[in-house]
Amino acid sequence: MSVLLSLFSKKERRLREAGWGWTLFAGIISLIYFFPVLWIIMTAFKTRADALATPPVFFFTPTLENFVAVFYRVAQTGGGEAISTGMGGFFFNSIFVASAGVFLALIIGTLASYGFSRYPLKGNDTYLFVVLTTRMLPPIIVIIPIFLMFRMVGLSGSYIGVILLYAAFNLPFSIWMMKSFFDELSPDVEDSARMDGSSEFGVFFKMCIPQLKAGLAATAVFAVILTWNEFLFALLLTSTDTRTVPVAMARTIGGEIGVEWGLLAAIITLFLVPVFAVTYLLQNHLLRGVTFGTIKK
Amino acid sequence: MRDFWQWMFSPSRRGPMLIAPALIMLFVMNIFPLMWSFGLSFFHYKASSIQPPRFAGLYYYEKVLTDPVVWERMQTTALIVAMSVLLQLIIGFALAMMFEKKFPLRREILMLVLTPMMLSFVAVGVFFKLFYEPTFGLLSQAYSYFSGEPLTLLATQWGAVWGIVIADAWMWSPFVMLLVLAGLVSVPDYLYEAAEVDRASKWKRFITVTFPYVRGLLLLALLFRTIETFKIFDVVYLITNGGPGTSTETIAVYVYRVAFQFFKTSQSSALSYILLFIVIVLTNLYLYFVKKRGEEG
Repeated sequence: MSVLLSLFSKKERRLREAGWGWTLFAGIISLIYFFPVLWIIMTAFKTRADALATPPVFFFTPTLENFVAVFYRVAQTGGGEAISTGMGGFFFNSIFVASAGVFLALIIGTLASYGFSRYPLKGNDTYLFVVLTTRMLPPIIVIIPIFLMFRMVGLSGSYIGVILLYAAFNLPFSIWMMKSFFDELSPDVEDSARMDGSSEFGVFFKMCIPQLKAGLAATAVFAVILTWNEFLFALLLTSTDTRTVPVAMARTIGGEIGVEWGLLAAIITLFLVPVFAVTYLLQNHLLRGVTFGTIKK
Repeated sequence: MRDFWQWMFSPSRRGPMLIAPALIMLFVMNIFPLMWSFGLSFFHYKASSIQPPRFAGLYYYEKVLTDPVVWERMQTTALIVAMSVLLQLIIGFALAMMFEKKFPLRREILMLVLTPMMLSFVAVGVFFKLFYEPTFGLLSQAYSYFSGEPLTLLATQWGAVWGIVIADAWMWSPFVMLLVLAGLVSVPDYLYEAAEVDRASKWKRFITVTFPYVRGLLLLALLFRTIETFKIFDVVYLITNGGPGTSTETIAVYVYRVAFQFFKTSQSSALSYILLFIVIVLTNLYLYFVKKRGEEG
């Protein structure tokens, strides 16, 4: 993966200018590709009758009732006051668990990749292979022992358990990706900084990290996308208090009155917003590639 | 105590110290559970019963390897992997070619294509099932509008396989696109200029200049997506639930059933290990090509 991902960091060549004609062409193709998502977003703004209308309706009066229903429902008994569905809490859980997990993986992964890149051990490649294998293995293999293990030490259903698991889940990928970025920095410059009396911490934090911002951003985007939507671990290891949105989403499917399409679409739409925003903001890092300025091998 | 710290942070121990946190985390969260389930596969054990495990030797491996059902599931998985990955490569490549130009709003249009990758499996699974639904489904309605016949895609084996393949390929083609795009933008300018001087036709330029540069990346995308699609679970589970009958039940869905519906913990562990073996072989292949590409470039 390292070589593959290191391509992100090579300097992008000047792309040919194509103009507005190409914008139109690419826009139409992309809209067709985007259509299923568009349909989900449209469904979120539809009333129950419009959502399953035959033939399908493309023009309708949008309603926000589905978005309200995501967070509040009307009580069946009593005065019909609004009760919270707890979805706000699940959104908080998703944001908290995903960001803490990714953050932890980035810290530990960056340190480790610095080690792998600068102070190779005996059997460095074997370690890296084992690390990669843990990323590739089907999660179903480890899920039962992890479940039993968490139950034993009382981590089942806690934030710490899921965060640690997500950090471990993102770690192999972070290590491989960050190593490929470290490999592109020249150690000579770091050595000369050491000669000038810079401490190890200084070299790492003041020299390497600033140059790796784009690499960190690219790693973060991939990790966020994968963690944000993780379902299987979350299903088995979270409790009512720590439940994440994908699990809550799946629970809305199995209702007695069938799937409430508008409600589900509203949850999906809201859930898409944060990850979409992160990707959009960091897209330049994802594709522009990183120019390491003067210090390049 | 001070001696201890000095011993620990001496320069010769810097590599291990940097890597240790990552390895400890991976050991606790992945490798230890892995060994645990490896142990379980040699015992009679059910996660749902309180009976102590009894030693079983290679009984479960023999059982799994001689089970015709396992081979059937493997064939189903292979079919879905082959179709889906091929489709991802073709669509991903075509999309990458489209974005290998500079045009107004490129950043925004690219986001449209990247969005499917950011959706959760639950969203894709449930909504594609709705699109295929015979009476309300968008696809079914469009089909019957043009052909006059109703479409019951998920009722036949081939239809159901296509249903899964389309959803999976739609979701992951953007990933292939990102990798190919990274390769395309790394083709050096001078090669294109040379081709222009030679007045090479567009097709020839593609075959002699562009393709060799992305061939390696395509191969990596192929292997990476093969490993990931091999584990396909959520989409199958949500769209067809293995049906009609068991004709689209992939190996991961089968393991899930054995583990969590029949609670045959030992048998599912043995089965998981056979999966792991396949994944390790594929990962090795993957690394071999990564290395080879590294030596070339």
